[in-house]
Amino acid sequence: MLTGDTIRFTFSRPFGIDLLMTQLYHLGVRSLSITTITALFTGMVLALQTAHTLGIYGAKLLIGDAVSISIVRELGPVLTSLLVAGRVGAGITAEIGSMSVTEQVDAIRALGASPVKKLVVPKVLATLIMLPLLTILADFVGIVGGMIISVKDLGQTSAYYTQHVITALSFDDVFSGVGKTFFFAAFIAIIGCYNGLNATGGADGVGRATTSTVVVASILILISNFFLTKLFLLF
Amino acid sequence: MEDFIVFKDLHKTFGPNQVLRGVDLAIRKGETVVVLGGSGSGKSVLLRHTIGLHRPDAGEVWVDGTEISGFDEDELMPVRRKVGMLFQGGALFDSMDVYDNVAFGLREHTDMEEPEIAARVKELLDLVELENVDELMPSDLSGGMRKRVALARAIALAPAGILYDEPTTGLDPIRADAINRLIINLQRALNATSVVVTHDIQSAFMVGDRVAFLYEGKLEFVGSVDEARRTKDPRLKEFLRLGSEAGRS
Repeated sequence: MLTGDTIRFTFSRPFGIDLLMTQLYHLGVRSLSITTITALFTGMVLALQTAHTLGIYGAKLLIGDAVSISIVRELGPVLTSLLVAGRVGAGITAEIGSMSVTEQVDAIRALGASPVKKLVVPKVLATLIMLPLLTILADFVGIVGGMIISVKDLGQTSAYYTQHVITALSFDDVFSGVGKTFFFAAFIAIIGCYNGLNATGGADGVGRATTSTVVVASILILISNFFLTKLFLLF
Repeated sequence: MEDFIVFKDLHKTFGPNQVLRGVDLAIRKGETVVVLGGSGSGKSVLLRHTIGLHRPDAGEVWVDGTEISGFDEDELMPVRRKVGMLFQGGALFDSMDVYDNVAFGLREHTDMEEPEIAARVKELLDLVELENVDELMPSDLSGGMRKRVALARAIALAPAGILYDEPTTGLDPIRADAINRLIINLQRALNATSVVVTHDIQSAFMVGDRVAFLYEGKLEFVGSVDEARRTKDPRLKEFLRLGSEAGRS
């Protein structure tokens, strides 16, 4: 029902651009540092581990291929989505949940406005816009992380590494990886808003709702990732 | 005189708790009815039915001649524009300053330009006897000030009805008295129909034209303030006695 109302209010006037811009900043821009740091070190660790494994088979030169495909198809989208589920999903539930238990959500209704339009739509749209963008950034930073290790530790040139990345990656890899994040974003934002709107019982209730959002959204991301990957492989 | 808000045989249950067990009450246009009752007697639940914040399990809710109990959220919008509500804790929006809180309904439901909104916000804040608070955040305000700002927000669209949920709870006697005077002044200024839910006897007798006493989900007594003072109903009598003693102590 909440998803249906969210779609309906997304296309109803006024569009609430100001609210959307605020959410884009809070949910997206403020997630930049955590996403960048995670992606950088994941790329570096992946390069180290892959170099070790590929070295056994004498295929160390393919490290750019392995790192870029792993990051763009799986690690970038899934890790970024899990981070966003933790940071943004929890934040959404905590904010809306505290508004629910202090009657602010009822006050919006009492003032003849819709909590879905005022609270849910901007957060869902902002997450849908920002998660794919954060994922593209994470993909790029992760690949750069891999390059740092391949240049510093393995003695490759950055040009050689980059050439392998470009050759290895296809449009399908990017499409599959980024495409999945639209679904993950919808899960995170809708679950976050739903739990927030239904939070009861004061600070304790808000705490429980917030935990539930992170757990449910994370599990849903991991499970749906399998099925979405199968789906995207069909194309 | 014509009725503005009518509850007919209203029932409401939350889980195992039967909160309202058949409430019948008619509130006439322009009058102030105080709903008295102890904690958990269902006063606030009754009040929230008026603008569809709760839906009854059985019974009817009439507002200005329209039966609203089956209305969906979209259909309730005009009712909510017609009836303002002051929530117990104020329920000011934490993320907005005082100005934006008071302007919320004006921006939502009118085509007013920003200078007109600014003038109206100032007028409303004057009405609730506040000045130079526009840029303060709700967290910067005292309990009494929060209720005043919330009241200014509730009356921004000049509603025909105002609902007050425990307007004096949590305030010291001086601030509670100021809020009571404000309710009376607003009643005169706006000529609105008011429903005040409280367990504060002083407040009830000061602001009410009539008193309704809710006990275990049913109305035990409905009558004028004078009739309430002279009541023979043992439960209301006891409630008034204990309330008056608590007020004096």
